[in-house]
Amino acid sequence: MSWTWLHKLSSPPHAYRITGRLAPWLGWPALALIVTGLYGGLVLAPADYQQGDGFRILYVHAPSAWMSMFIYATMATAAAIGLIWRIKLAHGVAAASAPLGAWFTFLALATGSIWGKPMWGTWWVWDARLTSELILLFLYFGLMALRASIEDRERADRATAVLAIVGIVNLPIIHYSVYWWNTLHQGATITRLGKPSITGDMLWPLLVMLAGFTFYYFAVLMTRLRAEILRRERDASWLKTELSA
Amino acid sequence: MARTGTGAAFWLIFRRDLLLAFRHWDHVVQPVVFFAMVTTLFPLALSPELGELRQLAGGVLWVAALLAALLGLDFLFRSDHADGTLEQLLLSGQPLALMAIAKAAAHWTACGLPLVLVSPLLAIGLGVPTTALCTVMLSLALGTGILSALGAIGAGLTLGLRRGSMLLSLLVLPLAMPALIFGARAIDMSIHEDTARGPLLLLAAMLVLVVTLAPLAVAAALRISAE
Repeated sequence: MSWTWLHKLSSPPHAYRITGRLAPWLGWPALALIVTGLYGGLVLAPADYQQGDGFRILYVHAPSAWMSMFIYATMATAAAIGLIWRIKLAHGVAAASAPLGAWFTFLALATGSIWGKPMWGTWWVWDARLTSELILLFLYFGLMALRASIEDRERADRATAVLAIVGIVNLPIIHYSVYWWNTLHQGATITRLGKPSITGDMLWPLLVMLAGFTFYYFAVLMTRLRAEILRRERDASWLKTELSA
Repeated sequence: MARTGTGAAFWLIFRRDLLLAFRHWDHVVQPVVFFAMVTTLFPLALSPELGELRQLAGGVLWVAALLAALLGLDFLFRSDHADGTLEQLLLSGQPLALMAIAKAAAHWTACGLPLVLVSPLLAIGLGVPTTALCTVMLSLALGTGILSALGAIGAGLTLGLRRGSMLLSLLVLPLAMPALIFGARAIDMSIHEDTARGPLLLLAAMLVLVVTLAPLAVAAALRISAE
């Protein structure tokens, strides 16, 4: 099997063109899916028998939480690829993903907190999910801070990649230790968002939102990756011909 | 010229780092004083009541020890980087991961171990019963070991950066949180006359994992930083 397509894809000029072409193909479906999901979730889905309309924030909260972890995994994979095969574009993907992941993590925390106020009666509880999400946010901050404080781009790329890989090895440990800690300290004071087998008309908007958020991430990733390529290749000759064309 | 064996190189680095650490004895004493001072802050801030302090002792000791151990991490590779020793290590042909773990081990002996040794004194000050002192020392010994190995990754990555020490804490603390959970829990359990075996074993498992995997990351980090 020939690997030339991969090398072609990882060359900046080619990637710049491809990402430009892909961005609208990902962006418009994302918009359509999110609008559909929001309409389904906020209007069509029946109110919860216990939580009333308050549960509807789930349609933003759960996909955000999913994205926060999905993006970390994508970022760490890209970082590993960049580190092992020395593909600059992969580092670009990792660099472009980190702020997005941090935002989704923040969004998950914020929506969880807004949901928690009427449901639990408080803005914040040291619930296992909230806490491990918060630690994830700290990991994102660490990665962004490390990248920002290294002047040399290549060194920044590779150092951040090492940290991202260390982080992904550590994530399950953090996750499970937080659960363990939580069950010991809190017991049954909180009834977590129980899963009384969610009904179909509540479930489909959630899945649509999930798909919409994923599309949105990739659409924004393409745009950010283009910006990243422009920044990294600003002295390259292909860019001059590309932009003047 | 005969090449030094890897084991011999390991001991050479370990001994050299210890010697250097104890010649700058202030580097050894400072974290201990810091540890004692942070621990003193809590009774002043919260309450002098031993009964209340006892409830918090595990967490207070652990947080203070983590911060104190972090202080010393900044020096782990810095002087070696500045005077070229690090380049010599990279060129020596010895496995860099093993050399890194030798340095981390020396760091633990000079920085973590003193914290462990003074911890019973501070624990008694916080109203911890004498029956729990053994657990206090054991959990801190394992925990500072984990921090030395994890912190070496951070120290390698932030080598030669401006504001490196602040960044180092930002990188290492989230990774060290599981150790904090189990360590503080172990002390808490033994204060309440419960057997702390479970969390201590988990802590030990974590130490084994970190000591196995972290050197590889440290070596990668050092290669990147020393380029």
